[in-house]
Amino acid sequence: MNETALIIETVIKAVIGLAVIAGMGAFATFIERKVLAFMQRRLGPMHVGPYGLLQLAADGIKLFTKEDIIPQNVVKPIFILAPVVGVTSAFVAIAAVPYFPQFTLFGYTIHPIISDINVGLLFVMGAASVGMYGPLLAGLSSHNKWALLGGARAVIQLLSFEVVSGLSILAPLMMIGSLSLIDINDFQIGGITNWLVWKQPLAFVLFAIAGFAETNRTPFDLIEFEAEIVSGYATEYSGMRWGLFFVGEYANMITISALVSIIFMGGYNPLWIIPGAIMMLLKVSFWIFLFLWVRAAWPHVRPDQLMWVCWKVLMPLALINILITGIVLV
Amino acid sequence: MELRGFKSRNATPGYIYFEGEAKPQNSWERFKRFAERTVKGELFVGLWIVLREMIKFDTHTVQYPMEKLQMSPRYRAIHKLLRLFESGHERCIGCGLCEKICIANCIKMDTKVDEKSRKLVSQYSINFGRCIFCGYCAEVCPELAIVHSDDYEQASEQRAEFGLKEDMLTPLDIFKAKKQKEFPGFGALNKDADKFVKKTPLAY
Repeated sequence: MNETALIIETVIKAVIGLAVIAGMGAFATFIERKVLAFMQRRLGPMHVGPYGLLQLAADGIKLFTKEDIIPQNVVKPIFILAPVVGVTSAFVAIAAVPYFPQFTLFGYTIHPIISDINVGLLFVMGAASVGMYGPLLAGLSSHNKWALLGGARAVIQLLSFEVVSGLSILAPLMMIGSLSLIDINDFQIGGITNWLVWKQPLAFVLFAIAGFAETNRTPFDLIEFEAEIVSGYATEYSGMRWGLFFVGEYANMITISALVSIIFMGGYNPLWIIPGAIMMLLKVSFWIFLFLWVRAAWPHVRPDQLMWVCWKVLMPLALINILITGIVLV
Repeated sequence: MELRGFKSRNATPGYIYFEGEAKPQNSWERFKRFAERTVKGELFVGLWIVLREMIKFDTHTVQYPMEKLQMSPRYRAIHKLLRLFESGHERCIGCGLCEKICIANCIKMDTKVDEKSRKLVSQYSINFGRCIFCGYCAEVCPELAIVHSDDYEQASEQRAEFGLKEDMLTPLDIFKAKKQKEFPGFGALNKDADKFVKKTPLAY
């Protein structure tokens, strides 16, 4: 009986999580267009609905009703599979991310996390990294030179940021002693001064940079950079297959925002009179805004610069950070 | 008169001449440049600038079909034929000057003498496929009859649209509603034209 309840609860949580994250991802595309427009002294979408709010629905209808084109000479099964890999891994990654503190509904305590596994953080990072297979497979199967270049860039991006994000996260984990994101959150109970960002500022910056690389956001958007390789891995995609890639990208953005908020910025602990759930929403929103803000302001880097900065600058810094943390802990 | 005015070619004193950043010659200078660029935090300057523009919310978008820009009186869009204010007759006296001066040969007019022995324009057309919108016709017209309007929306279903007399002549209902705009003459200035006059160094 108890197990049935657990299964039902998990399924409900998974469905809600999927729907909410997909909805937030779709809304983030609208917010992105608006914020970028305001920063460039434009208005952005204005015609569909009040202030362009229904642009979301219009885009959705357009993506779903577009002709599903599979070009000649592509490797068909992989071509079809690639966007699914991208979006699935992004949604699998959110399974171990707690978004809110636990609360009681109808006398039933709910933990807003789909499964609190003991390797939580490792699972999230691993699942999110599998998402890089989406662009890689898409690039290799597309029979298109731009797509192939995009796929190759996806690989060097993976090789570059993965070592930085892994090593930078190691130092805070040494202090906390647990991989579960709930434990990491509970480690920072009690006000802003207990946030890990003050104890691990370098790890915070490194992890944020690696997060930008992991989500292909602007300083490191080289796998789909329009000015160089048309649309990168997504050149041959159209309609909802193309849409899936971007749902995955925005879901990844939300995941990274939640991770940074939980690991370094106090997670969903209440602050002063603001309850924890609101704090978490505020932090995630700020990080999403930061992603858009950076996109409006900064140019992107070359692939060789990305590898250079990751391997020759960020990785040594992360190692030094681990060393110092280790010395201080001992 | 002295020649200082000729020798100083700096037309407007407000210009800043920028020769470009000096290239570092040795490794110490290269290190200095690296340190300066690192401490300056140019990335954050960029972030601040876009955030400032967002907060100021000074958008320059004209939502075109709903909002339209006010065209300058000197703008030369599609031609209009005006009517006399007193009687409502068309102003054109059929002198044919516009047809003569048209350097693209796109104006075609036929005249006849009516029963009151007045000259009447029976046909008037402009081939807008050839018109180069030079404005000579409006300039030469002695009666201010043919003018350039500010109607820049010239998409149409047929080539001949806008170019016939009945398209260009002010419709009677608009004329009776006193909506015919008076044309101050070709080359008229903006109302605020004085503000844009700059002193130029024409010493000779």
